Amino acid sequence: MKSFLLAAFAVVSLTAGVTSTGAQEFVATLRGDVHLADDTVPPAIPAEVNSDIRQIRNYPEQPPLIPHKIEGYQIDSNANKCLTCHSRTAVGDSQAPMVSVTHFMNRDNQVLTSVSPRRYFCTQCHVSQNEAKLLVENDFVDVDSVLDYVTKNSGEAKE
Amino acid sequence: MIGRLWNWTKGLWRTVSRPSIHYSLGFLCAAGFIMGVIFWGGFNTALEITNTEKFCTGCHEMRDNVFVELKTTIHYSNRSGVRATCPDCHVPHEWTPKIARKMQASKEVWGKIFGTINTREKFLEHRLTLAQHEWARLEANDSLECRNCHSEESMDFTRQSQRAVDAHERFLVTGEKTCIDCHKGIAHQLPDMSQAGMMKPQPSEQQVAMYLESLTEAN
Repeated sequence: MKSFLLAAFAVVSLTAGVTSTGAQEFVATLRGDVHLADDTVPPAIPAEVNSDIRQIRNYPEQPPLIPHKIEGYQIDSNANKCLTCHSRTAVGDSQAPMVSVTHFMNRDNQVLTSVSPRRYFCTQCHVSQNEAKLLVENDFVDVDSVLDYVTKNSGEAKE
Repeated sequence: MIGRLWNWTKGLWRTVSRPSIHYSLGFLCAAGFIMGVIFWGGFNTALEITNTEKFCTGCHEMRDNVFVELKTTIHYSNRSGVRATCPDCHVPHEWTPKIARKMQASKEVWGKIFGTINTREKFLEHRLTLAQHEWARLEANDSLECRNCHSEESMDFTRQSQRAVDAHERFLVTGEKTCIDCHKGIAHQLPDMSQAGMMKPQPSEQQVAMYLESLTEAN
């Protein structure tokens, strides 16, 4: 019985192996067209945007993007490098934008004396940018473009 | 016991204060010179050996804690391959301050012998104190060890990002602050800075009332 099970298992795994190598040729992955057993040649690491020019938000609730390098910034229970410039008391020296007041609120909308622990890890929402091609195409449009389209077309419809 | 030691010292002084019987003045001078070279050279060589990264990381306290952290930073690995070793930042380069620092380091030998930071937990416990010592030292000497490599004259602001230029023009050029004031935790991880009071307690209404009362009392 045991040997039969073993044989059955071997057959199943062998078939699975065959189908997966077959399927691999048709599945598009970010890894590219390289066999699983081979090493890929990773693309060069693109430069981090360090222009210090604030980017517009694509929608009002979007967490603002970080327009500077944050390589090596320590954000843990000991220290938060971002807050050395962006905290309420530091902006006088740094002239950086202060963390928004929403970050001082707990989930019951009660305003705390300091940044709320749930908003402490900046890079959970705020990210710096790289000069790189999009890996996946994105056809997001701004709400203003939608509104423009609507006014234009409703205007046409009225005529 | 003390009497015997005194007699021995007197005997030694008698021998030393009398002219030599067997050796010529030239021989004694030459021997003194050669021995001087050997002792002084030996002293400096030993000093230089204690001033290498290999020596520092010979102990696990340094190798497993601070040296590991250095490895991921720009002072260890970067595009041009120029790097700072432990003594570049932590030991003064001038001879007199270097000897002063080396004498201070005898405390560190004591710590090593008695295992003050011989576990990761003990190291983390002492990390704030250790960091504060280094910050105080660099604040006192106007970040001399930073400036040994990063000279203000050679700093081309046009090649810095706008943010760096603004900060350096306001604080570095005016002398208002020194390197370490802003550049803490660049080569090692930061200790508990209790930053922005991540867990600052909320004062209760009662506590606020107490504070307001204390103000009126003061008036």
